[in-house]
Amino acid sequence: MAKKVLVLAESRDGALRNVSFEAIAAAKEISGGGEVFAVLCGDSVHSLANELVHYGADRVLVAENEKLANYTTDGYYQALKQIIDEETPEAIVFGHTSLGKDLSPRLAARLESGLISDVTGLEQAGENTVFTRPVYSGKAFEKKLINDGLIFVTIRPNNIAPLEKDESRSGEVKSVSVEIKDLRTIVKEVVRKTSTGVDLSEAKIIVAGGRGVKSEDGFKPLQELADVLGAAVGASRGACDADYCDYSLQIGQTGKVVTPDLYIACGISGAIQHLAGMSNSKVIVAINKDPEASIFSVADYGIVGDLFEVVPLLTEEFKKVLV
Amino acid sequence: MNIFVILKRTFDTEEKISVSNNKISEDSAEFIINPYDEYAIEEAITLKDAHGGTVTVVTVGDEDSEKELRTALAMGADQAVLISNEDLDSQDQFTTSSVLAAYFKDKEYDIILGGNVAIDNGTGQVGPRLAELLDIPHVTTITKIEINGTTVNIERDVEGDLEKIETSLPLLVTAQQGLNEPRYPSLPGIMKAKKKPLETLELDDLDIDEDDVEAKTKTVEIYLPPKKEAGKILSGDTADQVKELVSLLRNEAKVI
Ligand SMILES: Cc1cc2nc3c(=O)[nH]c(=O)nc-3n(C[C@H](O)[C@H](O)[C@H](O)COP(=O)(O)OP(=O)(O)OC[C@H]3O[C@@H](n4cnc5c(N)ncnc54)[C@H](O)[C@@H]3O)c2cc1C
Ligand SMILES: Cc1cc2nc3c(=O)[nH]c(=O)nc-3n(C[C@H](O)[C@H](O)[C@H](O)COP(=O)(O)OP(=O)(O)OC[C@H]3O[C@@H](n4cnc5c(N)ncnc54)[C@H](O)[C@@H]3O)c2cc1C
Repeated sequence: MAKKVLVLAESRDGALRNVSFEAIAAAKEISGGGEVFAVLCGDSVHSLANELVHYGADRVLVAENEKLANYTTDGYYQALKQIIDEETPEAIVFGHTSLGKDLSPRLAARLESGLISDVTGLEQAGENTVFTRPVYSGKAFEKKLINDGLIFVTIRPNNIAPLEKDESRSGEVKSVSVEIKDLRTIVKEVVRKTSTGVDLSEAKIIVAGGRGVKSEDGFKPLQELADVLGAAVGASRGACDADYCDYSLQIGQTGKVVTPDLYIACGISGAIQHLAGMSNSKVIVAINKDPEASIFSVADYGIVGDLFEVVPLLTEEFKKVLV
Repeated sequence: MNIFVILKRTFDTEEKISVSNNKISEDSAEFIINPYDEYAIEEAITLKDAHGGTVTVVTVGDEDSEKELRTALAMGADQAVLISNEDLDSQDQFTTSSVLAAYFKDKEYDIILGGNVAIDNGTGQVGPRLAELLDIPHVTTITKIEINGTTVNIERDVEGDLEKIETSLPLLVTAQQGLNEPRYPSLPGIMKAKKKPLETLELDDLDIDEDDVEAKTKTVEIYLPPKKEAGKILSGDTADQVKELVSLLRNEAKVI
């Protein structure tokens, strides 16, 4: 049965986030040939709308309002609620991002619907769409469906392939005016701690350092490797606790959960809480001087050695082959 | 101030996981307070110390959850409520938040604290869902909170960046790592906890009809990921290993 599906698009630093394109691909599959429309909220985001069409959205609704300049739960909630009431979609797809995690449960509660969070895959089973999601810190997976009524899911970045970008796709882009009343939470300030470079949760390649990097300076060779690969730099809690880097880089049970195509762990022992954040990465490389380190048990490729020797060599080698 | 903490008893994910009968096996599993909820308890006690009032911990769970509630009492919470889920055939986040909302309906609360996500099932839905059902604002993944009268200043973690928020009571917040360092229960705390009030409620006590809170989602299968084949540990001269690695990543793994 063809379904009408809403996708919430997200932008960051004036560009659409990849996860929004992935959400469109997921929505296409759920729609079974129905209409996929994207919603874009902000204060001046209209120029981004066409790219959503190029990635497969049949239609884009642009809700511009100065109260939507910064994400607030109430602002976005009111905009989305109004659009959902008008459009009555049969399915909704958000990214499982900070925004998606904050907003989706609140809307689901209002819509009295089920919500399947942090989806990494989906398939059709007869009339139903069945969603796969990791549980128990990625040590197991479950397949879930929504019994009936609205299908509402959030998808984990980097797991569902977007459609090929096609600039010849066309679709309607329409502005909608949304009324935003009181905001009960106000954003006073945003302090940027992450580098403007590649976003950790969406990075295709991550170079991560642990206590083995030994100092703040020790992260430099890792950053150089990351620059050559277009990768993001991450860290273990060991490195964060030792003040070698900011907690915003922490990967693991109490940090970010990442699933890049390639994860290069340097001087990380591979504690279970660290593995919780990265063990579902597609390919894992471990560089550690201790051959017994548990990181090797999840690694696809391992080099036993001193990271201060190995990492710069790796950077040089990649420089050679990537020209 | 009336301070509440919503707490989940979770499977310790450091444990080995096995699946039997399409369920995660709980034999020999260790249960703990969800680690993020420990931050919530700690913050609740700190808020009480600063502003006075009582700290009540609430969980929806089975009778074994009493253990985690007693731990929270030993840390310094004043009273605990166990809402029994034993009459429920199915339970998802819709269910849990609806049951909690029924409990809070006729309570006076200034602030409700929870964890930002449960480490076992990991959806992070229960807090925001509950806030919506109670029609109060929520702020997720907080790392700092200051209350002056009814004004609340909060710092929250947004994918590594820090957002400063102003809002007001009543409010629901969910805790992120970095909010505080949870205390360990002290021996006198543990002794006192045994005498603190712990109330058990059935769904009937909350006028809940099971059918009204029936899960909206269904788990059709639980499985373990395929075992990873042992990785390749390279050998030889470091420079050669590095060359080999680059070639493997390009030609075998095809990730670069
Ligand atoms: C509740 C809880 C939550 C936690 N959450 C997280 C989390 O989210 N993320 C996380 O990462 N941890 C987390 N931890 C901490 C975790 O248990 C480990 O302590 C931490 O991951 C260790 O960090 P590490 O691997 O950098 O340090 P270590 O375990 O000290 O390992 C350092 C490694 O570097 C290697 N090394 C040293 N020098 C060199 C060199 N020159 N070249 C190559 N290798 C070298 C050593 O052989 C060693 O294996 C948590 C712990 C708890 C209790
Ligand atoms: C008998 C039984 C059957 C179940 N069947 C299903 C099922 O079919 N499908 C399914 O998805 N899940 C099922 N569950 C799991 C259960 O519904 C969820 O674990 C629960 O709704 C919490 O959701 P979560 O783990 O995603 O918590 P999150 O939303 O990630 O938790 C966030 C925060 O909410 C608070 N919180 C969460 N749970 C509770 C609670 N129980 N009491 C008080 N505060 C809480 C805590 O502060 C926690 O840190 C079942 C559980 C039981 C006991």
